[in-house]
Amino acid sequence: MKEIDARRLLCPMPVIRLQEAACQMPPGEEIKMICTDPGVMSDIPAWCKVHGHRVVQAEETHGEYHLVVRLQ
Amino acid sequence: MKKQPKAVSLISGGLDSMLATKLILDQGVHVEGINFFTGFCVEGHTHAIRQKDKDKKKRNNALWVAEQLGIKLHIIDVVEPYKEVLINPKHGYGAHLNPCLDCKVFMVRQAYEWIHKHDFDFIITGEVVGQRPMSQRKQIMPVVARESGAETLLVRPLSAKNLPVTKPEAEGWIDREKLHGISGRTRKPQIALAQQYGIDDFAQPAGGCCFLTDRSYSKKLGDLWGHRGHKDYELDDIMLLKVGRHLRPKANFKMIIGREEGENNFMEGYKREFTHMKTVSHAGPLALVDGTLEAGDAQLAARILARFSQGKEEKRVDVVLHHKDTAAEGKVISVEPMREQDVSKDWYV
Repeated sequence: MKEIDARRLLCPMPVIRLQEAACQMPPGEEIKMICTDPGVMSDIPAWCKVHGHRVVQAEETHGEYHLVVRLQ
Repeated sequence: MKKQPKAVSLISGGLDSMLATKLILDQGVHVEGINFFTGFCVEGHTHAIRQKDKDKKKRNNALWVAEQLGIKLHIIDVVEPYKEVLINPKHGYGAHLNPCLDCKVFMVRQAYEWIHKHDFDFIITGEVVGQRPMSQRKQIMPVVARESGAETLLVRPLSAKNLPVTKPEAEGWIDREKLHGISGRTRKPQIALAQQYGIDDFAQPAGGCCFLTDRSYSKKLGDLWGHRGHKDYELDDIMLLKVGRHLRPKANFKMIIGREEGENNFMEGYKREFTHMKTVSHAGPLALVDGTLEAGDAQLAARILARFSQGKEEKRVDVVLHHKDTAAEGKVISVEPMREQDVSKDWYV
């Protein structure tokens, strides 16, 4: 699983980082995003929805937001 | 079989680009959205940072619009190439440091390059003739089409009937009769069209969707440029202009003082890059120092910071000062908080 450290980045930068990585990876692969902007909890699922990907995990841990995206 | 035409739509997250896209989608065109991140976009950054706004609804309006329309949205990082637009705008600035016309040309040019790269046929924007004083005057709209290189591949569905026929109309990819002829500053036709489509939830940013149209923000950017002696900037510079109180007590340094916990937390991330200070004897904000502290300046800055702490009415407040690029423990300075009347209004940027 590819991991992207997007701490301190404000939206939409985490989404841009995810999008850049997703372009380089095949369907079925997963990307873990580690973020601090709470906006990712709505933006990443929204981006996944319009591009047909799936958020398989989304949780807040000690002020950080961890999301796992499975590429379709 | 006739090939389905493909268009890319510049999605700002507002109503006009949403309606423009809907009009073209309804004509059977495959549409994908594109949204450019310049660093100045108003996308809830202050809400994301400030503790008091933590419960406010956050969403990226461009993504939300794409969801409603059922189209893909590509968010493109243009922070680097946008610098040239802002630093040297060919058509100048608007009321503040907003280079609206150059910005529009830039974005359409980016979209034009994108359609070539991705084998799309034309570009859609939500522009309306006469809607904005600088970039959407009737005589200016051909400038955007020409200078961007898009020429007749640029379609403004909301105002198409007020403008010359474009290639997608001439070729029959879209039907001009189904496009609109809206003009002027009134929003009534767009609201009516939205109602027709059953759209009742849309973003209406009062000052546009860009911090550069904000007087206070532009003033801070102008101050930054003026005191650095050049206009170049990094993303962190322009992000920090969105945070805290900015005070410049002397030409050689500026203080950015957090206004609340969320801002202090955000500014914590910049401690390695900036000389910074914090009150230690009393609760108080974090301050980043942009510039160089000369003899006596540390005392002055500490007195100002103490004024914004809970020890502001005390005789002495201890402030710890950390110089950037030093791993050493900070130096504690004991100061008398500056009196309220001595914090000059002229220091506020």
